[in-house]
Amino acid sequence: MTDHSRDAGLARRLPEAVTQPEPVGPFPPTDEMLAVPVDPALSREQADRLKQAWHTPQGWRYLSAVNNTEVGVWYSMTAFGFMLAAGVLALLMRVQLAVPENDFLSAERFNQFFTMHGSAMMFLFAVPMFEAISILLLPALLGARDMPFPRLSAYGYWCFLIGGFFVLGSVLFGVAPEGGWFMYPPLSTEAEGLGPDIWLLGLSFIEVASIAAAVELIVGTVKCRPPGMRINLMPLYAWYVLVVGGMILFAFPPLIAGDFLFELQRSFDWPFFDPERGGDPLLWQHLFWIFGHPEVYIIFLPSIAVAAMIVPTAARRPIMGYSWIVLSAVGTGFLSFGLWVHHMFTTGLPMLSLGFFSAASEAVVIPTGVQLFAFVATLIVGRVKIILPMLWIAGALAVFTAGGLTGVMLALAPFNWQVHDTYFIVAHLHYTLFGGMVFPIIGGVYYFYPSIRKKKLSERLGRWSFWLTFTGFNITFLPMHLTGLKGMPRRVFTYPGDIGWDWLNLVSTLGAFVVAAGILVFAWDLVRPKGHQPLAARNPWNGGTLEWSHDVPAQAWGVRSVPYVRSRYPLWDDPGFLERLDAGRFYIPDAPEGLRETIVTSAIDARPQHVARITGPSWSPMVAAVFTGGAFIFPTFKWYLAAGISGAFAVATVIYWLWTATARVPEAPTKDAGLGLRLPTYVSGPKAPGWWAVFITMLGDATAFASLVFGVFFYWTARPDFPPAGAEHADLRAVAAAAAALTLAWATTLGARELNRRTLRRAARILLGAGAALAAAGIAALILAVRLPEMDPTSHVYPAIMWALVVWTVAHIGAGLIMQLYCLAGSFAGRLTPRHDADLWNTTLFWHFLVVTCLVTAAVVGLLPRAL
Amino acid sequence: MRAGLACLALVPALAACEGRQSVLDPAGRDAAVMAELFWWMLGGAVILWLLVNGLMVYVSRLNRDALSVRAATLLVVGGGIVFPTVLLAVLLSYGLSEMPRQLAPGTGLSVRVTGELWWWRMEYLPEGAETPVISANELRLPAGSRSELRLGANEVIHSFWVPALGGKTDMIPGRETRMSLEPLEPGEYRGQCAEFCGDSHALMAFGAVVMEPEAFREWLEHEATDAAPPATEAARAGRAVFLAEGCGSCHTVRGTPADGTIGPDLTHLAGRTTLAAGVLPMTADALKRWIADPRAIKPGARMPGFDHLGDARLDLLAAYLEGLE
Repeated sequence: MTDHSRDAGLARRLPEAVTQPEPVGPFPPTDEMLAVPVDPALSREQADRLKQAWHTPQGWRYLSAVNNTEVGVWYSMTAFGFMLAAGVLALLMRVQLAVPENDFLSAERFNQFFTMHGSAMMFLFAVPMFEAISILLLPALLGARDMPFPRLSAYGYWCFLIGGFFVLGSVLFGVAPEGGWFMYPPLSTEAEGLGPDIWLLGLSFIEVASIAAAVELIVGTVKCRPPGMRINLMPLYAWYVLVVGGMILFAFPPLIAGDFLFELQRSFDWPFFDPERGGDPLLWQHLFWIFGHPEVYIIFLPSIAVAAMIVPTAARRPIMGYSWIVLSAVGTGFLSFGLWVHHMFTTGLPMLSLGFFSAASEAVVIPTGVQLFAFVATLIVGRVKIILPMLWIAGALAVFTAGGLTGVMLALAPFNWQVHDTYFIVAHLHYTLFGGMVFPIIGGVYYFYPSIRKKKLSERLGRWSFWLTFTGFNITFLPMHLTGLKGMPRRVFTYPGDIGWDWLNLVSTLGAFVVAAGILVFAWDLVRPKGHQPLAARNPWNGGTLEWSHDVPAQAWGVRSVPYVRSRYPLWDDPGFLERLDAGRFYIPDAPEGLRETIVTSAIDARPQHVARITGPSWSPMVAAVFTGGAFIFPTFKWYLAAGISGAFAVATVIYWLWTATARVPEAPTKDAGLGLRLPTYVSGPKAPGWWAVFITMLGDATAFASLVFGVFFYWTARPDFPPAGAEHADLRAVAAAAAALTLAWATTLGARELNRRTLRRAARILLGAGAALAAAGIAALILAVRLPEMDPTSHVYPAIMWALVVWTVAHIGAGLIMQLYCLAGSFAGRLTPRHDADLWNTTLFWHFLVVTCLVTAAVVGLLPRAL
Repeated sequence: MRAGLACLALVPALAACEGRQSVLDPAGRDAAVMAELFWWMLGGAVILWLLVNGLMVYVSRLNRDALSVRAATLLVVGGGIVFPTVLLAVLLSYGLSEMPRQLAPGTGLSVRVTGELWWWRMEYLPEGAETPVISANELRLPAGSRSELRLGANEVIHSFWVPALGGKTDMIPGRETRMSLEPLEPGEYRGQCAEFCGDSHALMAFGAVVMEPEAFREWLEHEATDAAPPATEAARAGRAVFLAEGCGSCHTVRGTPADGTIGPDLTHLAGRTTLAAGVLPMTADALKRWIADPRAIKPGARMPGFDHLGDARLDLLAAYLEGLE
């Protein structure tokens, strides 16, 4: 990211760039260094200071906590609560379907229920549950004190809570969406009432929070591993976090882009999916399933990850085929983006597409099989000790393999034409999702509970819950295969009694209540008071990974000292590890400044780079989430002014939070991190977790933008009237002016960063100010380019999609402009100096992506239609 | 139907597979091939499931001691990579080779089916014909030849499906999709919309009648004729009610002034096996119930209720419509 290639003569005339401090001291530590005992009195004092720094707020202030251990518990319990609610909807639907021509639920009610059952299970349970559990566990698995951006986790949680209540609550008022969780237009674009808007805006809000959590999880895995834990020593769970985080990053943005177009059509009648005005309902199906299929693996892979932690413990030996599992997980992630069309096999696609996507869908069996067989192989070579979590994993395997085998059938296009959209699919998807998600997650809860709550769950209740759920599940869903083959379509609120579906449905309904009983037993075990119960042993299952080095009773500091790791199973392989950890022999065992800190290491080989100061308790995440919620929720009711005001408050709150808590100038450039190592307390650019977070976020953002551009090309190939003959195009001069202004705005931002590093602060400020002015000019020029009477976005999809690109780009330039002004203010306030320039690095990085967005928009809006 | 090995083991269960809307009770070529493929795939799936889960039980319950690393590696490579690659290659080459035949164009009759809320517009175009024969809510096809189906939709997406004859294809506003079916056994089957299409998605079905080619030709000729004049006094009075109430602004009865095209063509209504898109039997009583309050039977139906007509006039209407054979 350096710009040394620029004119050497100019560089020579400028002052030298300020250098950043580097780590000083020995790494890796020697055995002798690790063997030196710590003075017990000193260790106690250090521990007290750490407790002080990591103290969790009490009383009503508890809600301002941001610790991963608190937020993670709230997050997972909320997701579980939403799952129970969605489960109740399922039971009510099963009651309606128990007998033919039942009138327990009206058609409208039933349609709302199945829409919300699917939407809530996907968006409010499956994905958030992975993120919640990962936020809860990842720091423990990596021996880190917390996630890199604790307030971001808290913000994500509050967004999730507000959005979830908004979306699910709509069922109680009878205004819930009723177009299915896939919201196909034109049914849902033309639907009256608030339903589709609640779905689009409420879930977009949650998707944004999901992406925020994914960014944080990726940065946590890449940059917050303990020193020495090279990437090939990571626990498998962390690998899966990386893969799934990456998938969320690339899968959710197409849906967000789709939501954006969809809501523009609903609110302002821009005809993206209206065939009468050049639109095409199939574009939504593509965008939805480019998200929707990876989504299945986003749900499934974390559960494999949980199994990958439990299986070695049960087998009492390291996992077999670690690298094969990693490769397979990555392979599954990639392949899952090439399968979406198998949800659209019946839309009349050409045979070549059908064949290709059939084969790709079958191919995913291979990496999945490798992962499952690696677990079985681990059990073969180990001396198996059956523990309760393993019972759930075995049940998961039984259920999931059945779902996988029906999946092999479904991937064949001609067979798919028969069973698509029937109860056969309902059976298949529940077999994969129960087996690939619900069973492993509950097994994981039984396994990890002692590490989180320091108590064990009941062995007896666990067995009851398992057998009830397992039996009930098969009673419910096994017959559904036959129901579907006998021709019963999905999503029907009633059916005639003379086709032979009646007894099958009755059996399924009875089974559903047995599942409910099993889940309730588990829920009771989870929440029953455990005050009288003794504390669990520190390592009750005798696991080998870092989460079993947790403190009993609980401490808020995460780990007493951040360990030096040299094995995949330190607790098995490294004698004396726990004693050293507890004594504070490892890194940052102290908090002399009273600040919350964690160690940042290099991405591949985990060499210590930086002691990061991380944020503590604050109300700002909650306040920001409330205002962000307003910005998403008010447009549902067409209260655009209120939404704008709420959005402005959200931005202001986030700026306040960033200004007061992030990238603060430290009291000293380096500090003693323990074991003779001195580490910088402030870094900027690619060494800083914040820079990584911006980079990763922008990859997701670029994906959403690419999805909009895909839309342009989709219309061009799928519709003969795009652009319509004789259509007016955007004003080329204004587009060119915008492109020039925005390129200059990017160049001045980059220049400001370089001049600031070379201590030319005044020149840097001038460039930043000029950059902001150019960005504003670019916004004006872009809007002028399309604000023509002939380009009314409601008239045809061509002006509409051009407008959509401009709106998207303008919103991003607005964000870039705010960032430039933020840096300018930081420079004046002394929080952005030649040495402390992280904000400016992040702003420049944002502008790298932004300038590409702007130029692509200019090319697509200004040049492409003239070339077509 | 010639079925696979797995089928033999399941003879008692086969009775449970019957039904006029069943994939496993095929009456057309495409459906028969897929039903047979299903039984083979089911047999294979059951064996594989037993192997994998049996192995799991063996290593975790029956023999918990450490076994050879070599065997374990072989399992990952053999079970995870080699075996599925071979098996899937075989399955794909057979399964996909079916596609060209199933997607082949029809050889004689072509039917244009349009999905409406929530009924089916049917237009029959025999080979060489210029103008279509318009009907609704019932598909009739000749046995023994492949007929072409051209599919479209007006407001929302639907999916056209007759499980006993073959697979489904979506009907998408703004596009024309196509498929073909080759029915083999004459009989009465049932089709149903398979893509969620709103309130009454569950109530959007149709009768599918496969006929001997000669019988089909006769039926189609009759279907092309104008409506039979009312034969009884009641039916004549019923026609007067029909025309006076403005039914003709939505419905066509060829040979009368009624020429609306918003709702289904009623010219030969009584010749169909069902009423209201596969929801009610074709009886006078059902006709009355439907006309009096369609939305009580089909939530959200576009047709307004005529319960203000009173029982007597509804009787007359039903008598008229019952005569439209």
